[in-house]
Amino acid sequence: MPDLLGLVAYGSFFLAIIGINAIGCLGLNLQWGQTGLFNVGIAGFIAIGAYTSALLTTPATTDHIGGLHLPILIGWLGAMITSGLASFLVGAATLRLRSDYLAITTFGVAVTVHLVTLNAQSLTGGSFGIAFIPRPFETYASQPAVFGLANLALIVAVVVVLYVGLERLVRSPWGRVLRAIREEERAAASLGKSATRYRLQAFALGGAIMGLSGAIHASFIGFIAPDNYLSSVTFQIWTMLIVGGSGNNLGAILGAALIWTTWSATGFFTGMVFPPEQQARAAALQIVAIGLILSGTIVIRPRGLLGERTTVSRHLNG
Amino acid sequence: MQDRPSGSTGTQATGASPILSTLSLSKHFGGIAAVDGVSISVQRGAIVGLIGPNGAGKTTMFDMLAGDLKPTAGEIRLQGRAVQAEPAHARIRAGLGRTFQIPRPFAAMSLVENVMLGKQGQSGEVIWPNWFRPGLVAAEERRNFTEAMELLEFVTLQHLAHEPARVLSGGQRKLLELARVLMAKPEIVLLDEPAAGVNPSLLEIIIERIGALNSRGMTFLIIEHNMDLVSRLCRHVFVMASGKLLVEGTPETVVRDPDVIEAYLGGAKV
Ligand SMILES: Nc1ncnc2c1ncn2[C@@H]1O[C@H](COP(=O)(O)OP(=O)(O)OP(=O)(O)O)[C@@H](O)[C@H]1O
Ligand SMILES: [Mg+2]
Repeated sequence: MPDLLGLVAYGSFFLAIIGINAIGCLGLNLQWGQTGLFNVGIAGFIAIGAYTSALLTTPATTDHIGGLHLPILIGWLGAMITSGLASFLVGAATLRLRSDYLAITTFGVAVTVHLVTLNAQSLTGGSFGIAFIPRPFETYASQPAVFGLANLALIVAVVVVLYVGLERLVRSPWGRVLRAIREEERAAASLGKSATRYRLQAFALGGAIMGLSGAIHASFIGFIAPDNYLSSVTFQIWTMLIVGGSGNNLGAILGAALIWTTWSATGFFTGMVFPPEQQARAAALQIVAIGLILSGTIVIRPRGLLGERTTVSRHLNG
Repeated sequence: MQDRPSGSTGTQATGASPILSTLSLSKHFGGIAAVDGVSISVQRGAIVGLIGPNGAGKTTMFDMLAGDLKPTAGEIRLQGRAVQAEPAHARIRAGLGRTFQIPRPFAAMSLVENVMLGKQGQSGEVIWPNWFRPGLVAAEERRNFTEAMELLEFVTLQHLAHEPARVLSGGQRKLLELARVLMAKPEIVLLDEPAAGVNPSLLEIIIERIGALNSRGMTFLIIEHNMDLVSRLCRHVFVMASGKLLVEGTPETVVRDPDVIEAYLGGAKV
């Protein structure tokens, strides 16, 4: 039954992409939803993770340096470390200043990372990108349905572990301090909480999670190029969080599912309706659809589908 | 913390070193000297008042004492240590807590968690124990919850414990701030107009509670326009006007001081 198998392969691919976006969105939720840190360079931190993992896991090659051929999990861990470190440095430089500096700097990071990926050919392969990135369960690649399901299972496992880990972390006294700092920084300081210290922790951890999402995406597709990491990615992740519910980890996952489904469905629809020569222009309708959902959410349900809880700590079962 | 009778005097040389003192403390905003060379000293175990007409510089004084504003000049000594260069979040560890004139509740958070944030040294405020020692964090949370509920009861807000702080009235917000700072168990508390917007029967309770806390050794420095509260709680008051320390003494003597009367009636005289 080739049709059914094809459907399974497509379905698992589709859900896997949702999972990968959900991971990035969970990272943003820690930064923005919990802590109020405005990151407009998400694509840059995702790219750092993707390239790190690619360089660590690809076999030796003459196209670019790296090619250490390390296990995939090491690549993902390395991605979290480099993205986390990059976020830490950006945070350390700007979090003491007024909050707009962080936004400007993250934007600069994304632009810089994009330029580096384009131009540092010996490191990143330039505009051709990096190919032959080892994929998990590569041995099943000839059976797309099995391959897709195995990858989906792995990605779902990562999302679940991340979700549980983040819930434990933010629905705790630590998460309560983040909220307190976001809501009333001076009052939090008067109670002994160092805003800079907590913001830095949340920003670095959120950045590491974004890096992980980039790494998993790179390993899943097997090929990366600079154009994967344009500001439209940042826009998408932001929309997912706002629609799903800023400050709520389940909302972040839900938002990822909803927005990616809309994105794919409008893409499918325009592909059916418009003739091939109009396709490039019709693609703009995808962004229009997302924009409509975003505006609708902001007007009708500004806290998103799932809002923030009044009781922060899970130990108080409120 | 030593036990002292409520309202022992504030500044005079009794031999004991003061818990909090300032030396020629000044704060300039552009051309205005909001605080201008003020030296005060608060003895451990005292309840001391800081009064003066609107705009005298009292809150600015508190903001410097609490580390929210860097002084333009002068020194702040807390428990014998110069702290004026330290950040605000380091004050509570040095034993100093404060409330704000305009309350600053964590509006979207439940009252009980507002108060729990005051607790110092929580393991769960560090990342790792939440993942690797959840039992420890849970046990601490239970204890802190009980403690916070007692404090909410103390300020008569226990029935709202699980409501978000944004539902509170102005007076209730002042009470929440009091409970929150007490949760931190400071040795000295700066209260900025604790009576403002609080109804008379509740005010009686607050006065009584401050006295009770003081008899257990807690030191208070209180900004207040309500002279009833001041004269009942404070043995010693500082009077500020136009950024300067005008006089100090017992409430009874300072209210009869011609300079003080002049400052309150005639717009500040310098
Ligand atoms: N950030 C600021 N910038 C400029 N001027 C300020 C600032 N903060 C306070 N001031 C000025 O400093 C003076 C003292 O203000 P402060 O709030 O300390 O008075 P206060 O004694 O607490 O008065 P009140 O009893 O009305 O609360 C006022 O003239 C005020 O306008
Ligand atoms: Mg004031």
